[in-house]
Amino acid sequence: MSINIALAGNPNSGKTTLFNALTGSHQFVGNWPGVTVEKKMGKYKENKDIVITDLPGIYSLSPYTLEEVVSREFLLNEKVDVILNIVDGSHLERNLYLTTQLLELGIPVVVAINMVDVIEKRGDKINYKSLSKELGCPVVAISALKNTGIQEMMSEIKKIAYQPFAVRNIYNDEINHALKELSQTLPEKVDEGKQLFYSIKLLERDYQILSAFNMTANEEVIKPLEEKFGDDSESFITDARYNYISFLIKNYYIRANSQQLTMSDKIDKIVTNRLLALPIFALVMFIVYYISVTTVGTTMTDWTNDVLFGEIIPPAIENFLISIGCADWLQGLILEGIIGGVGAVLGFVPQMLVLFLFLAILEDCGYMARVAFIMDRLFRKFGLSGKSFIPMLIGSGCGVPAIMASRTIESDRDRKMTIMTTTFIPCSAKLPIIGLIAGALFNGSAWVAPSAYFVGVLAIIVSGVILKKTKIFAGNPAPFVMEMPAYHMPRVVNVFRSMWERGYSFIKKAGTVILISAIVIWFLNTFGLEDGNFVMVESMENSFLSKIGQTFAWVFTPLGWGHWKAAVASITGLVAKENVVQTLGQLYGFIEVAENGDEIWKTLAMSFTPLSAYSFLVFNLLCAPCFAAIGAIKREMNNTKWTIFAIAYQCLFAYVVALIIYQIGNAIFYGIFNIWTIIAIVLFIAMIYLLIRPTFHLEKVEMDF
Amino acid sequence: MTLKEINVKERVIVKKLNGQGAVKRRIMDMGITRGVEIYVRKLAPLGDPIEVTVRGYELSIRKEEATMIEVEKVA
Ligand SMILES: Nc1nc2c(ncn2[C@@H]2O[C@H](COP(=O)(O)OP(=O)(O)OP(=O)(O)O)[C@@H](O)[C@H]2O)c(=O)[nH]1
Ligand SMILES: [Mg+2]
Repeated sequence: MSINIALAGNPNSGKTTLFNALTGSHQFVGNWPGVTVEKKMGKYKENKDIVITDLPGIYSLSPYTLEEVVSREFLLNEKVDVILNIVDGSHLERNLYLTTQLLELGIPVVVAINMVDVIEKRGDKINYKSLSKELGCPVVAISALKNTGIQEMMSEIKKIAYQPFAVRNIYNDEINHALKELSQTLPEKVDEGKQLFYSIKLLERDYQILSAFNMTANEEVIKPLEEKFGDDSESFITDARYNYISFLIKNYYIRANSQQLTMSDKIDKIVTNRLLALPIFALVMFIVYYISVTTVGTTMTDWTNDVLFGEIIPPAIENFLISIGCADWLQGLILEGIIGGVGAVLGFVPQMLVLFLFLAILEDCGYMARVAFIMDRLFRKFGLSGKSFIPMLIGSGCGVPAIMASRTIESDRDRKMTIMTTTFIPCSAKLPIIGLIAGALFNGSAWVAPSAYFVGVLAIIVSGVILKKTKIFAGNPAPFVMEMPAYHMPRVVNVFRSMWERGYSFIKKAGTVILISAIVIWFLNTFGLEDGNFVMVESMENSFLSKIGQTFAWVFTPLGWGHWKAAVASITGLVAKENVVQTLGQLYGFIEVAENGDEIWKTLAMSFTPLSAYSFLVFNLLCAPCFAAIGAIKREMNNTKWTIFAIAYQCLFAYVVALIIYQIGNAIFYGIFNIWTIIAIVLFIAMIYLLIRPTFHLEKVEMDF
Repeated sequence: MTLKEINVKERVIVKKLNGQGAVKRRIMDMGITRGVEIYVRKLAPLGDPIEVTVRGYELSIRKEEATMIEVEKVA
């Protein structure tokens, strides 16, 4: 018998943890509300006929947030045989609110009370039997983390699937009377079991349901009730639900009388302390990026770059290729193309793993939500919400999940703004560019990497302020209502799995997209027309790549690096940012100089000045992200115009900032003045104006969620 | 008086919710309904938002939303 199970529950209640335990997959879990933003399907390990769908966490089935609508539509329109309602037992009261709504859908429900390990530790008790009788559905105690109660839960599911299921009606006679009347106006196609749900939605004037049924609100029925209760219909329905839950809690939940502070409270006292919060935050950020980018990360990266991909692998392979009498061109392809290109990227794997390790710890311990809390005030000043910080932190790993994480931001405006600006934060694929420029042009100076993050943050702030003042982003700030999860020790398995998954996807990319680009670049760079013949070129300047690059390199001349190699590298960066280093690696032939160690960056240093190198770095950090991230932007914006606007804005912004840095820098450090200096100054003043001009005010401001 | 005016470490009972639409619904969905007890835990370092305990969990909301919540101090 096949059963389709939908996992529904509040954010952060452990749905994904359970999903992983049931299906043996490795979806991300994290300790903040909103980790999962897309539904995921999987098959039960022990019975492949049972299909489980992990849904994004929701607090309610209201029509106001994207996820709620998506989950609700899934539950109503897809074939769902059983709803497995995951309830966080340590926050039972609020979690049961969604349960009361799920029980009205006319689909069999099994309530799984999760985190019983936490409840037990606290000494609290739940009367599962009575609760089950009261709710009219099976209630089981589980711990997704410790894997207890799972078997019992599955057997309850099997028992209840395909059985008739009575909805739970918790309303008083007055409300029921109105519901009855409204149910008669429902279209014929609504089946018996779903009538209660839809009648309530009609009573609440749920605009999505009303418009789906082509109906208008029946004020004759609703208005008198509203007058009676002295409140709007949505509110008295919510009140009725919570009153019912208060009754459940009073009777079936026995709280151990402990007034002492929990560990989580103690940690929180320090971490969000009024004086210490900001310094602690700064310290955490500094430690994460300093260790992964500058100290441990670099030491390991240097070793892989200089020793592993410098002294060990290339000579070994070269000798091997010579010994088997490999053709020259093939040797070139393998050594210069593949090892020179892909190796240049793989060298940064250790650095990334360190960063991913820190990110995983931050995600699992519960600090993310606190950062949103601490930073909200500040972020609101430049048109973002505290919640925007979470995408940005994830964005220092990879832009794609970061853009997707922005989905938990309720306000459309804040979300669009976050999507547009989040990729300004250097992602791990941009780390190699930073590493390369810092090493080649700045002697590995410690300030280059922090400055890259600083530029990213500044770009977000400046863009936020500028965009907020435009007409399209004008309006009141959206509300910030966020649950603060309890802290817990990061779980070793979770942390390492998350680090590995991210690291592996990076390595996989090196073996696919980057490998192919490396081969294409090598080909275009090795062949060309000389005296009208298609040949392996003697001089690189005659290669196809060089010819292609020369056609548009002039665009970058005002930025100080209008030579074809840098131009080509920037363009290949669109495929994947790692390609920038991969391409430079091939074009400047790292492989040849790598054998004598420290020579490695000399050739690169000759075609850049420190200033033009920094301008190159800034442009590549800020301009359009890679295709994968552009795709994510398109998916999340769900609108071509907005996508084009976002990408165009990023490119323009990158160009202007790089231009200002290079031209004004040239004037200050080298006393070089020309027409571009004037343009740079004008642009700089224009930017300042956009920053300080008064905000655009709409006459009528709509509050949308 | 509204929740915004309540000092840290004070306990209040919700009397009424003003406003309407999405914001009000969201606040109510999170468990802030008439008659519920709220404990104001703390203020963010920059003075906004606030963190409260309601229905056994911690919730953070901005002062702006707190003005929508009419409360009465617990004696
Ligand atoms: N102590 C304990 N912690 C758990 C248990 N189940 C899950 N967790 C933790 O709860 C947190 C949230 O887990 P997730 O599985 O990501 O929650 P989710 O419901 O998928 O959350 P969203 O995707 O945000 O909706 C993680 O830190 C888990 O490690 C449990 O049974 N006991
Ligand atoms: Mg999840």
